[in-house]
Amino acid sequence: MDNDKSIEIHVRNLVKKFGSFVANNNLSFDVYQGEIFGFLGANGAGKTTAMRILCGLSHPTSGEITVAGFDVYKQKELIKKNIGYMSQKFSLYDDLTIAENMELYGGIYGLSRKQIKVRIGELLEKLQLTDRQSTLIADLPLGWKQKLAFSVAMIHKPRIVFLDEPTGGVDPITRRQFWDLIYEAANQGITLFVTTHYMDEAEYCDRVSIMVDGRIDALDTPGNLKNKYQVQNMNDVFIKVARPDFFSQQYTVSSSHLNNQIN
Amino acid sequence: MKTIFFLLQKEFRQIRRNKTILPIIFVLPIVQLLILVHATTFEIKQVNLCIVDQDGSAISKQLVHQMEGSSFFKITASTFSMEQAQQQLDRNKADMIVRIPANFSRNLMQQKQAPLQLIPNAINANFATLSFNYLTQVVQSFNKNLIVEWSGALSPVPIKHISVQARFWYNPEMNYKWYMYPGIMVILITMIGMFLSGLNLVREKEMGTSEQLNVSPMKKHHFIIGKLLPFLIIGMFELVLATLLGRLVYQVPLVGSVWVLSAFTFVYLLVVLGLGLLISTLAETQQQMMFVAFFIIIVFILLSGIFTPTESMPLWVQQFNVINPLAYFMRVLRMLMLKGAGFANLLSEFIYLSIYAVIVLSMATWRYRKTA
Ligand SMILES: Nc1ncnc2c1ncn2[C@@H]1O[C@H](COP(=O)(O)OP(=O)(O)OP(=O)(O)O)[C@@H](O)[C@H]1O
Ligand SMILES: [Mg+2]
Repeated sequence: MDNDKSIEIHVRNLVKKFGSFVANNNLSFDVYQGEIFGFLGANGAGKTTAMRILCGLSHPTSGEITVAGFDVYKQKELIKKNIGYMSQKFSLYDDLTIAENMELYGGIYGLSRKQIKVRIGELLEKLQLTDRQSTLIADLPLGWKQKLAFSVAMIHKPRIVFLDEPTGGVDPITRRQFWDLIYEAANQGITLFVTTHYMDEAEYCDRVSIMVDGRIDALDTPGNLKNKYQVQNMNDVFIKVARPDFFSQQYTVSSSHLNNQIN
Repeated sequence: MKTIFFLLQKEFRQIRRNKTILPIIFVLPIVQLLILVHATTFEIKQVNLCIVDQDGSAISKQLVHQMEGSSFFKITASTFSMEQAQQQLDRNKADMIVRIPANFSRNLMQQKQAPLQLIPNAINANFATLSFNYLTQVVQSFNKNLIVEWSGALSPVPIKHISVQARFWYNPEMNYKWYMYPGIMVILITMIGMFLSGLNLVREKEMGTSEQLNVSPMKKHHFIIGKLLPFLIIGMFELVLATLLGRLVYQVPLVGSVWVLSAFTFVYLLVVLGLGLLISTLAETQQQMMFVAFFIIIVFILLSGIFTPTESMPLWVQQFNVINPLAYFMRVLRMLMLKGAGFANLLSEFIYLSIYAVIVLSMATWRYRKTA
């Protein structure tokens, strides 16, 4: 990564234990300003756990962690002012309309009435939902809900946005549109920290880390990782890192097949 | 400060769209107040007496006559033998034996006092207590110098029972519904308050929406205030509804001041809403919240003195009631509605409930975790 970019997320030796179970085992990485950082890993690898710690929603067991320059132990509320978070579980209010959800979060982040109005207008226009602003969230299709959740996470123009499987269960076209939104945010200098199970999406990231059983086993740009593991796509990289045994036995046939999820 | 406004706006919008909350606000109180008041009222229509007049004097006959004259009592048997009287009681033909001992009138004349024995059928202790109290009134009006002796299955009634008579004093028609109505109102306000606030917060946890709030810089006390105020308003509305309903259906008076009543309901609601929120900060699911809240409410209700004054309950109950906000509110409401007690008389209860509210709400705020 370019050295002139400042570090937005700094993690050294992050450990998170639930009882005797180690969910995050000694994670160390930096995320730079304006980059799209892919946080990959199989189900249960510990991605959500780490992300919630970075967002100040959960206490780490140990480690040195700063987000947006603030300490995760002592300055949680300052971190929260500077980040946006879209949880893995959809979390907008079903019984409020699109505009009402946006208004609520605008208000909570301290925007003035006028600012809120302007911001809602901008976001709705970008999503082409201006004429649907009085629709209840409950009545929207999943893909729209996800895009809205992203917009709400961006309502206060945060420095860093955390997206936990933002495109889970969403159709390929909507996923493509979603990634357009992510690119646009990155172009504005916002740092994006994204988890996903779709390896085609991993290709879109500036850098990716791959977690296995609570550890980070690989971290680099998609290009470098493909070179290092001598494979054609991120799908193969992922399987080589996460399941080396599986790869040697039967992987040769299915690689192109698995890659056809999008495009 | 502005945050609170946005949070309140959100709560009110959600309440407006909630299809189950309106029936809870309107139907529940009406059903509870109209049905429960009947179900819990052991108002006595008729007490069957068995008279054992061993004195047989003019005075004793006059006393019996006076009992007959009361609309509550009917003399179903007269005998001279206690054994026969006991049989009447055993066969449920009589509810109470009134024994006028020999020399009753002589003792009354000479010593200015004379014992009179009442033996109630104490299977239904409440019924017995009430019968006893009614009869005591009759006897006392007959002659203030008569001493009524209490014996039989129940233990001797201590002096404390004078307080039961005080109740009749303020409830001159001996309308037990009037006594019960404020009690049922307390239950109603307690249940509405605890469940609405508590379930609302836990539902946000279940849905995951609270996570989105927790990741924002929102202040915890703003959040708690946002959850408190809407239900405070609903609770105050319930008070108005219940007071009007009582007036219209049972002619329950409100002797005391409306403002004092509102002030007490306000602080009491802060206590129960706070308890609901506190429970829901500890619970993970609506089920857990309901279970704990029901448990607490039932214990509080049963020990609060809703059916019988706490003064006649065991000492440990009285000690427990120091931490039972229901007991305080129950007493206050009865004193206010039936007796018309002024604020000055209830000041200590007001201070107590206010402190309770501050403690519970601080605990709820402290226990609410933005970071798990
Ligand atoms: N509060 C908790 N208490 C105990 N164990 C937990 C807790 N939260 C998570 N875990 C465990 O930690 C491990 C990592 O969970 P996590 O949700 O971080 O995985 P993930 O990488 O996000 O998985 P997925 O891709 O399925 O979302 C899992 O085994 C999970 O069961
Ligand atoms: Mg996850």
